[in-house]
Amino acid sequence: MPLNVNSNSLSPAETRWRILPQGDRCLIVSFGERIDAAIGRTCLAAARKLRDARLPGVTDVVPSFVAVAVHYRPGGHGEGPTYAALSEHIQALLADGIPTADAGGREVDIPVCYGGEHGPDLEEVARAARIKPEDVIRLHSEPRSMVFMLGFAPGHAYLGVHDEKLNIPRRPSPRTAVPAGAVAIANRQTVIYPNRLPGGWNIIGATPLVMFDPAREPAALLQPGDTVRFVPITPDEFDRIRGSRP
Amino acid sequence: MSVTVIKPGMLSSFQDHGREGYQHQGIPAAGAMDERAHRLANALAGNEGDPATLEITLTGPTLRFDAPACFALAGADLGATLNGQDIAQLRPLIARPGDVLAFGARPATGVRAYLAVHGGFALTSVMGSETTYLRSGFGGFQGRALAKGDVVPLRRPLAPDCDTAALQKALWQVRVYLPAALGNKQREFIRFLPGVHWPEFSQSSRRAFLESDFRISPQSDRMGYRLLGRPLTMNQPRQMLSEAACFGTVQVPSGGEAIILMADRQTTGGYPKIAQIATVDLPALAQSAPGQVLRFQRIELDEAQRLDGERERAFAQLHDALAPLRALLN
Repeated sequence: MPLNVNSNSLSPAETRWRILPQGDRCLIVSFGERIDAAIGRTCLAAARKLRDARLPGVTDVVPSFVAVAVHYRPGGHGEGPTYAALSEHIQALLADGIPTADAGGREVDIPVCYGGEHGPDLEEVARAARIKPEDVIRLHSEPRSMVFMLGFAPGHAYLGVHDEKLNIPRRPSPRTAVPAGAVAIANRQTVIYPNRLPGGWNIIGATPLVMFDPAREPAALLQPGDTVRFVPITPDEFDRIRGSRP
Repeated sequence: MSVTVIKPGMLSSFQDHGREGYQHQGIPAAGAMDERAHRLANALAGNEGDPATLEITLTGPTLRFDAPACFALAGADLGATLNGQDIAQLRPLIARPGDVLAFGARPATGVRAYLAVHGGFALTSVMGSETTYLRSGFGGFQGRALAKGDVVPLRRPLAPDCDTAALQKALWQVRVYLPAALGNKQREFIRFLPGVHWPEFSQSSRRAFLESDFRISPQSDRMGYRLLGRPLTMNQPRQMLSEAACFGTVQVPSGGEAIILMADRQTTGGYPKIAQIATVDLPALAQSAPGQVLRFQRIELDEAQRLDGERERAFAQLHDALAPLRALLN
């Protein structure tokens, strides 16, 4: 299990990681244990570097908040990659430096209609955070957010890391159905529901954009590493944008 | 030039070896539950590459061929018949226009059978794969399981004037020798590798996982198998961050009941992972039915990868050996 202290590279001097197997067709490069913007950016940069390296046998490189998963499969004649060889290769690539300055993402505006019928939990979130609903909107929309990972469902994005004041837990009991487009927060993160799904996050608004469409390329509107600006809109603007979409 | 669905069966959906390269968008790989059987069916239908096969679950469909076709079945024996006559698994067979393929003539052994047709079904590839992801409704045939009345076109049916009797006879002459590594003998144990959180589980939970029986719950499907057995607990339960999950990841929610993630697993999961099933034993798991009892046995990583590689080599051997079969069909 290689453990690395990496000082002579583009990455912050304290960047450490552990590579460990997850079964015989996946390995995990782990960068930490907690939600942290710097760790998240390192994961995104490492994922980008590993993806760009086009390692033989590697099928998927999947970043999360604290780790990068590398899925692989043996070649047509049973040759590698073995865990030993692949982890060594990845170790060398990462030790060569993780260019965290460039997560490779785009800047995307996500219009959000906050509160009211679109954000049924906004008032409750404000109460829990001991601030006014307008301040929840301001804290959520003014700073840029970053897409750290997608998971749970196709196109389901996790963004963060929000102001400490928005560090509120998930709802005690999840809803059985959250509508597509719902923008919901918990634990200083936002998720945007791409489809009608069950969910326990606090819904503060909704976007009229289509977050996932398998016929579109790329299918997911947001990609890991994208920077997002939440743009507050009125219910009328919400209806107009939704009405104009194909 | 198609197959018409007279009865859809319990759950019949098109699957290939999975949608690779999109998991970072949260898009599940899905794919055949028993990838081994899916690939065998394709090989024996004379296919190259990885066209989707029809994954058939327990109660099979009734299908009518509207064009001459070469097909093959692999995986569970679900009592297949052609025009009422029992037919063999793991053989290239010929259907003439009007022939009816049905299932259920004999008690099932196993859960999932795979139907491949030579040339493949004419499905639209979505993100590089013909696999159906049922939960989100895309891929495969209109993003869903087969329904009564569906007409599924064939990509390259045999020529309408094909001498099916002569071809049938020629195909019977082709010797099919199945390498042992491609068989699916019933296993006493399902082999596993320790999961990333294995050391954090209590000693009694680890022992229970190694030594006790677990029954597959009726609440099991293409997404996951729930296991009924001794509850598994961590020394110090803690919140996990959502991290990548794989086919065969055994995760344990706080209730202590383990879930083995199967083909339709989500790309990430936030529960502690006690184990990871060795890839080589996933087909045996895919053919295990609710109610069946599983026992687990630890295996080392290099051994698991050796067995996985051995199976790939066996597929390559089989592919080479079936060159005469493909020559007859192309």
